[in-house]
Amino acid sequence: MLSIESFVAISLIKTVIALFVLLTAVAYTVWLERKVVGHMQNRWGPTRVGPFGLLQPLADGVKFMFKEDLIPPHVYKPLYMAAPMLAVVFALTSIAVIPVGNSISIGGIQTSLQIADVNIGLLIILGVTSLGVYGVALAGWSSNSKYSLLGGLRASAQMVSYEIALGLSLVGVLILSGSLSLREIVDAQSGTYWGVLPRWNIFPQFIAFFIYLMAAYAETNRIPFDLPEAETELVAGYHTEYSAMKFAMFFMAEYANMITVACVASLLFLGGWHGPRFGPPLLQAILPVFWFALRIFGFLFVYIWIRGTLPRFRYDQLMAFGWKFLLPLAIANLVVTALVVAIQS
Amino acid sequence: MHLILFLAFGAVCVAGAVNLLVQKHPINSALSLVVVMGSLAAEYLLLGAEFVAAVQVIVYAGAVMVLFVFVIMLLNAGEEEETKGSRVAMIFGIPGMLVGSLLIAWVLIEHSGNKSLAAGALPGPPKTIGWLLFHDYLLPFEVTSVLVLIAIMGAVVLAAAPASAGGRKD
Repeated sequence: MLSIESFVAISLIKTVIALFVLLTAVAYTVWLERKVVGHMQNRWGPTRVGPFGLLQPLADGVKFMFKEDLIPPHVYKPLYMAAPMLAVVFALTSIAVIPVGNSISIGGIQTSLQIADVNIGLLIILGVTSLGVYGVALAGWSSNSKYSLLGGLRASAQMVSYEIALGLSLVGVLILSGSLSLREIVDAQSGTYWGVLPRWNIFPQFIAFFIYLMAAYAETNRIPFDLPEAETELVAGYHTEYSAMKFAMFFMAEYANMITVACVASLLFLGGWHGPRFGPPLLQAILPVFWFALRIFGFLFVYIWIRGTLPRFRYDQLMAFGWKFLLPLAIANLVVTALVVAIQS
Repeated sequence: MHLILFLAFGAVCVAGAVNLLVQKHPINSALSLVVVMGSLAAEYLLLGAEFVAAVQVIVYAGAVMVLFVFVIMLLNAGEEEETKGSRVAMIFGIPGMLVGSLLIAWVLIEHSGNKSLAAGALPGPPKTIGWLLFHDYLLPFEVTSVLVLIAIMGAVVLAAAPASAGGRKD
């Protein structure tokens, strides 16, 4: 057992590293999106700042910090100020329970590559992300503008609706692995079926994976479900009245949520950090983290790919799709999974 | 350490509840209720019931209260008007509340004997809760689910406007 001082010190170091990596990843996901969508549309994307425009995120960050922070006179100020902070805080909090690899030992101290190893990790992620809707809803309401209000209303209705399908799609995985701890769920996916196919949950649970994929796009307000910020109708939706750093906070929250969703998908469906390990000890220690990062990159790429490909849904289509298609499908998948597991055991 | 945190979250909970009543704007009241729910979840966590704490956050703070806020936004409810308050509430309400809370406290103390609940003593892990729900308390659990089903059907009946009353037929 660790002493309380070293526990606090280790947790603090891990938190700082995790936040730094996450925020850098957020900045470069924006860069990746602009580059990839640019190439898909036969453009170059950012090219001016640094090689391949790689310094563009830094330039954007500086720009956001030094822009004038306009606060329209008609807003309800306490909530108007609080909303972007809520959005970004809840988006960044869920990284705390995400494991990125096996435990390592540095200088004789054994520590897991995770800020908090809790046995209800998945529930904590679901809880924190379900609170994230407050940032969007309150931003829409407190801006006191019709576009913002409509965006906020759409966002809260959409996020509450798709949360149910999202949660139910994960229950199948939980039945298979028999645990809510993210680390145990990943450990249950080690090994192979019949010696060739990796034992990832995506193979027995491919329906759940696609339900999760679609519900996650709706949860993070991304195309084709980006109704809350539909530019053609609502200017920019819930963040219409925000500028400078407050706008940037909503932006950061959206991309941090995308990364969280990608982490959960990799951990639950794609076998987490499992992959071939070879080479010297140092490489063996780093490879799991690399495999995990590769999966997240792939997931984010699919996000961007779909953004460059699909048009936006209509609002009634969105609701009908969520309630009349995804939800019954998720329940059916759950019943079948439970039956199969019950018969097998 | 546990006791200090427990008392701190208890204080936050009570402060949130008082703020709920004092605030004039409905959205501020709703957000105070979110704070109450959140600090209750923290109390459960401190007692060792981590599953109940997580469910409290997901269901109450994350879903029920979002719908409250949603309705307030949709109706665009404004600030409440100040009234002098009813005299009945002043004369009977406050003493009634005091007597009621004293009664509850007395019953709880009498029936729990001298056992005080240690921090972290409640059944926490989801497995224990699942076992209790599906073995020891199966009938109450199923009856509750039927009750919820009835409530859902009631909501559907109320929401579906009758065609004779000029409702949409599409």
